[in-house]
Amino acid sequence: MVDKTKIPLPQPTPETAHFWAGTKNETLKLQRCDDCNNVYFPPRPFCPSCASRKVSVFDASGSATLYSYVINNRPHPAFDGPYSIAVVELEEGPRMMSNIINCPQTPEALELDMPLEVVFESMSEEISLPYFQPATSDSKSSDSRNQ
Amino acid sequence: MRRNSVSIVGAAETTDLGKIPGLSQIQLHADAALNAIADAGLKLSDIDGIATAGESPTNLSHYLGLVPTWVDGTSVGGCSFMLHVRHAAAAINEGLCNTVLITHGESGRSNVGRSAFRGGGRSTIPGQFEGPYGGMGPTTSFTLPFLRYMKDTGTTAEQLAMVAVVQRAWATKNPRATLQTPTTVEEVMNDRMIAYPFTKSECCLVTDGGGALILTRAERAKDFPNKPVYILGTGESVETPMISQMEDFTTSRAFRVSGQKAFEESGITHKDVDHLMIYDAFAHLPFYGLEDLGFCKKGEAGAFIWEQNTAPGGSLPLNTNGGGLSYMHSGMYGMYALQESVRQMRGTAAAQIADAKISVCHGVGGMFAASGTIVMTNDPA
Ligand SMILES: [Zn+2]
Repeated sequence: MVDKTKIPLPQPTPETAHFWAGTKNETLKLQRCDDCNNVYFPPRPFCPSCASRKVSVFDASGSATLYSYVINNRPHPAFDGPYSIAVVELEEGPRMMSNIINCPQTPEALELDMPLEVVFESMSEEISLPYFQPATSDSKSSDSRNQ
Repeated sequence: MRRNSVSIVGAAETTDLGKIPGLSQIQLHADAALNAIADAGLKLSDIDGIATAGESPTNLSHYLGLVPTWVDGTSVGGCSFMLHVRHAAAAINEGLCNTVLITHGESGRSNVGRSAFRGGGRSTIPGQFEGPYGGMGPTTSFTLPFLRYMKDTGTTAEQLAMVAVVQRAWATKNPRATLQTPTTVEEVMNDRMIAYPFTKSECCLVTDGGGALILTRAERAKDFPNKPVYILGTGESVETPMISQMEDFTTSRAFRVSGQKAFEESGITHKDVDHLMIYDAFAHLPFYGLEDLGFCKKGEAGAFIWEQNTAPGGSLPLNTNGGGLSYMHSGMYGMYALQESVRQMRGTAAAQIADAKISVCHGVGGMFAASGTIVMTNDPA
């Protein structure tokens, strides 16, 4: 990335504030239903599977795999040359959009299902964004993210 | 809906398609509406129901001087007009109105009098969780599932390119198509990369235009100047506004739900279908459409198109106007797919399928966010 100020930063809402407080603190927060155990994302104060309002926030491992992506070739003011826009599948199940960083932005380097790990980039006083990079350690089944 | 209870008695596109800097968005709606009204032999004062997307139905009613008793502003993207047909059929059957006008108009290329883009703000869920990652709109989000589809199904980049080649073959028969020069797999694959793995030829056109339909009760249909086209079955659904949250990147839930409903309502089987439209904002959409509507088994659509089954002379003519890739694409293409189905059922298409009696017209809204399916027939039975 060449110009962070060209990224439209998220504005947290009451339902998502815990997620963005988490990333500011270098943790990836997911939610789990206390009634049916469903793990889900994006954040909301009820379970989208069973409608229970009894849900808990927990720290995800930060491990993920590359589910799919494109490499955008059109110019974007925040990026220097072609860059990946990806969907990653978290170890806990939910998927999220991100960019794959610290990796050549080529089809050869970006292999589907490759192991990834979360990294956090401070964008402003309030917001750190979660990005993903190729996994550097064998943290796949570990519960705590090693950083 | 009740089969064959409602009929399309007026259908027209804007006088011109392509580059129309002399008409604003609302006048594109009006131009198409006036053409459809003339096509049906009606007066504006005969219209008592109005449905539109991209423009507010209030703006449009006032602009046209209408006094509607039924209004539908459903706006779920490019398939909104399929949903309007479905809702209009229900409204007509319920007696809420008699004669419905559905319009589309979009200054997609010239950007004259265009409604403000209604993209999510930074506090919306998509704005928070997809907005920060450098998306460039449809070219990077609609295309995002496809590498996963390729890996899981074994579909190839050559097969993707063939979609564009086959649709160009249809467009060569259509004097109103934007691109009419034949192309090849090699040319498509060597075109400028937009969002890997999609080249420019695998992305839709960006043009100006519009279209309009007029629907009324089927028993009145024979009193109109053109061959009536009957609504045999309809379906609609939505899934997610975020491509990242689509349940499965190899299949669209909205396509499956909408398609299944339309087939159930119409009582047809896949063998009955003479003509098919699948909204093709990008070249992979016909794969999803063919599989999710049940024309092909999972992962077989690439080979099906590669083997020329959907090409001129093939067993299942698909996107016979040239599609969003070669005919035109203003942004909300669903209206043009509906127009081509109507022409095929009237027997007036540029690339007419001989003796076609049943057409399936399948639309997408947003980026796999919504879907609408309409089954039409020219057989009143
Ligand atoms: Zn639950």
